[in-house]
Amino acid sequence: MNIAAYVWQIGGCLLAIALAPLFAGWVTQCRAWLQNRSAPSLWQPYRILRKLLHKDAALATHASPLFRSAPYVVFATMALAAAIIPSVTTELPLARVADAIALVGLFATGRVFMALAAMDVGTAFGTLGARREMMIGFLTEPALLMVLFSAFLMFGSTALPAIVEGTLTAHQFVLHPSLAFAGVAFVMVLLAENARLPIDNPSTHLELTMIHEAMVLEYSARHLALIEWASWLKLFNYACIGFALFMPWGIVVNGADPRLLVLAIAALLLKLVIAGAALALFETVSAKLRLFRAPEFLTMAFLLAVLGLLVHLLLEV
Amino acid sequence: MSALATVTPLAVLLYLIAAWLLVGALGLVQSNRIGWVARILFPLGALVALGVAGMGALALTADFTAQSALLPLGLPDLPFHVRLDALSGFFLLLLGSAGAGISIFAAGYFRQGEGTAPGLLCLQYHVFLASMAMVILADDAYLFMVAWETMALSSYFLVTTQHRLPEIRRAGFLYLLMAHVGALALLLCFGVLHGGSWQMTFDAMRGATLAPAWASVAFVLALFGFGAKAGMVPLHVWLPEAHPAAPSPVSAMMSALMLKTAIYGLLRVSLDLLHVGPWWWGLLTLGLGLGTALYGAIFAAVQADMKRLLAYSSIENIGLILAGIGLALVCRSFDMRLLAALALAAALIHAFNHAFFKSLLFLATGSVMHATGERSLGKLGGLIRRMPWVAMLALIGSLAIAGLPPLNGFVSEWLLLQAFLQTPHIPHAFLNMIVPLGAAIVSLTAALAGYVMVKFYGVIFLGQPREPALREAHDAGALERLGLIWLALGCVLIGIFPQVALDVVGRVTLSLVGTTVQHGQSAWWMTPVASNRASYSGLWLWLGLLLVIGATFVLVRLFHHGRLRRTPPWDCGYPWQTPRMQDTAEGFGQPIRHLFGPVFRQQRELPLPSDLQPRYSVLISDRFWHALYLPLARLTRRIADSLAFLQGGRLSIYLLYSFVTLIFLLVCVQ
Repeated sequence: MNIAAYVWQIGGCLLAIALAPLFAGWVTQCRAWLQNRSAPSLWQPYRILRKLLHKDAALATHASPLFRSAPYVVFATMALAAAIIPSVTTELPLARVADAIALVGLFATGRVFMALAAMDVGTAFGTLGARREMMIGFLTEPALLMVLFSAFLMFGSTALPAIVEGTLTAHQFVLHPSLAFAGVAFVMVLLAENARLPIDNPSTHLELTMIHEAMVLEYSARHLALIEWASWLKLFNYACIGFALFMPWGIVVNGADPRLLVLAIAALLLKLVIAGAALALFETVSAKLRLFRAPEFLTMAFLLAVLGLLVHLLLEV
Repeated sequence: MSALATVTPLAVLLYLIAAWLLVGALGLVQSNRIGWVARILFPLGALVALGVAGMGALALTADFTAQSALLPLGLPDLPFHVRLDALSGFFLLLLGSAGAGISIFAAGYFRQGEGTAPGLLCLQYHVFLASMAMVILADDAYLFMVAWETMALSSYFLVTTQHRLPEIRRAGFLYLLMAHVGALALLLCFGVLHGGSWQMTFDAMRGATLAPAWASVAFVLALFGFGAKAGMVPLHVWLPEAHPAAPSPVSAMMSALMLKTAIYGLLRVSLDLLHVGPWWWGLLTLGLGLGTALYGAIFAAVQADMKRLLAYSSIENIGLILAGIGLALVCRSFDMRLLAALALAAALIHAFNHAFFKSLLFLATGSVMHATGERSLGKLGGLIRRMPWVAMLALIGSLAIAGLPPLNGFVSEWLLLQAFLQTPHIPHAFLNMIVPLGAAIVSLTAALAGYVMVKFYGVIFLGQPREPALREAHDAGALERLGLIWLALGCVLIGIFPQVALDVVGRVTLSLVGTTVQHGQSAWWMTPVASNRASYSGLWLWLGLLLVIGATFVLVRLFHHGRLRRTPPWDCGYPWQTPRMQDTAEGFGQPIRHLFGPVFRQQRELPLPSDLQPRYSVLISDRFWHALYLPLARLTRRIADSLAFLQGGRLSIYLLYSFVTLIFLLVCVQ
């Protein structure tokens, strides 16, 4: 491990934090284009952040310290998750600290804090949002783990960098049928976890259907800014997990020329552009599911992931 | 006897157990003076517990060899054998360290005039502790069963502290019944294990050679007997009744410590006394464990009573521990020692973790009950503002039990998942297909545990108080707090230094399956099997999280103001909010009830649109109760009724029965 690795470790994490709002802006822009609306600027998320950070925080009278600290915890879990995911290089010293199982655990920590904070003020919508979020979470979390398990079994490691290296240094290109199942399941998990259609609509405030927005209703100013940033970062992280598992091309592998980093960042940006457009397209053509149908969607994701695991064990071992 | 004269850890342990009994007996001296019993005796008991933990830890050091001794007690031809080895040392460490926290809490908890007299309670409490320690130290079946029964009886009396309430008597009876059904199975199990030598020492059983069929009979009996004590589905029905009935420190002891003695017994019989076994033992244990885990988690999610919720959560955790043991058995049967050690380490660390976070949560519910007089989740809420200490410590327990990094619950879950990931190397086509699917159930259970804990914590401590009386709730006293802090500290420390726990457990796995899992002696990392396969560092994760939280906080404050305005909650602009608009416990569990509908037995009462006073009610009960236990009870009753003619009420007839039996037995002996 050299100094450069540590520098890049921190640099990559900061890059993710900086790029996440841009990615969210890009998805929103694509959605607007596809829906024949005039699109907000690509920089709109940054403007929102600046606006929120300048405002006075309005806090419910009986909000507890938990409510005030939750945004920091949620943001920290997402930032730390960004540090573990190999999006540009696999030489990540921190990836040894927490492998992909711990990554799923970090996401869960963020979710639990978010739900607890939503229940803290004790409003009808807060608890409603917390309950729905936990309902979705308890199905997506095992589904995500199962998706990762197929990859773990393939490469014999639970560290994401090792999986990326395994794919990139393979001598021949092998098409794994299990990855197809895992890929579909992963996309479904990504949509559900990031409050996207068809589970939740990020741009809705319709009381009866909202999930994520219901939880953050009581937040304002800097707390809301951190939560919004964290949720953009979460989307970014999920996209990067997807890249690492299913299309790791371009990521600098251990020991390669560090000058390739520039190329790797360009590859990452290209992948983000494509993924953002695909996400927007998917959201545009799908309609929101009734809330009672959401568990069916998620159970299907879970079962698909388990099926992927079975296919791997049946055909590929 | 000579062993007792020199100062060995075993001798010290025996004196400490005697000290527990003495402390208990001293309670009778002034049995109604709460100051004497609670403020002096219980802290003394906690000190003894620390001593027990220390001796247990000594047994886990690298240069310790197993010690055994004969006690000058017992029957003339059947002296008591005791033995201290790595496995018993580990469980004594668990018993002592978690028990110390519970005892300190109990010192502040027990009040005058709650059911049984304090002195008597003190006696039962310490006899319970001492008997658990004796179960762990016992080295012959005779002493084991004596201690096992003492444990069941003393805990029965503790459960029925409030014996004036009929439902508590009923819960106590159910517990006693299940304990004895289990004990019968254990008695039969030991009867098989001695293998015809009629030597009741564990040493002899270790040496006995059993036919494979008899070994399997012994294993199934042990699984039944210890499973009944541990709360394995379908033998779990007593647990959600007995745990809520007992006072909170007793619930904590039963859940955190007593269930672990059953785990200890299962490990002792299956991995120590029976050295080898076919793979289906492991698969059976694994399947039952996974079923138990999922079942417990699903039922915990729909409970409306906080102690019942925790009781079901105990069932879930026992299921995870059993799954780990089952996996270890599967791997041992194929002589895959490293993998067996990994699964066993996961199970043991989970047992240790569970002792800490579950007792922490049970004790926190005790503080809440003292402060509010309420056990029903539907009448609590908002206590984080009135009880900040209990709320903060319970938060640590809740996050730990939900298996969230960087606390201790995550560590054991991580190890268990790692163990599952290795199983495709099993040289058995069917098993390496079916076992990795267990990981799916483990991860589903873990995620459900998160759901349950958000419900538990959120409904009790967050939101607005659902009853006006809650506004007068008071925080826990100093001793109660100390006990809670001790247990919370355990949760945090194992989370920070999981590799220490793995090293400690390594002594046990070395003695039971012949290898350790820790790869390399690193103070910072937990690297089971191989460092390129998986690694986790609790310390660095803690540091990372604290660093990022700190940096975010400083940056936000540095570049922007910290101005804050207090306003009424917004709630989409709706001004007339009442606490009744929050989710109830039933409401929060509704998605689970919806999703897993067929698992529950639901009796619903839905209002008609025309009802003037609409009433909605739903009663959820265990299917096993109606499908298995009630029919069994009816059958027993029918048999008893048909045999009732034997009971004529005349003494001469009864004497005749005894005479005939005696003749029959004499014929048999011939």
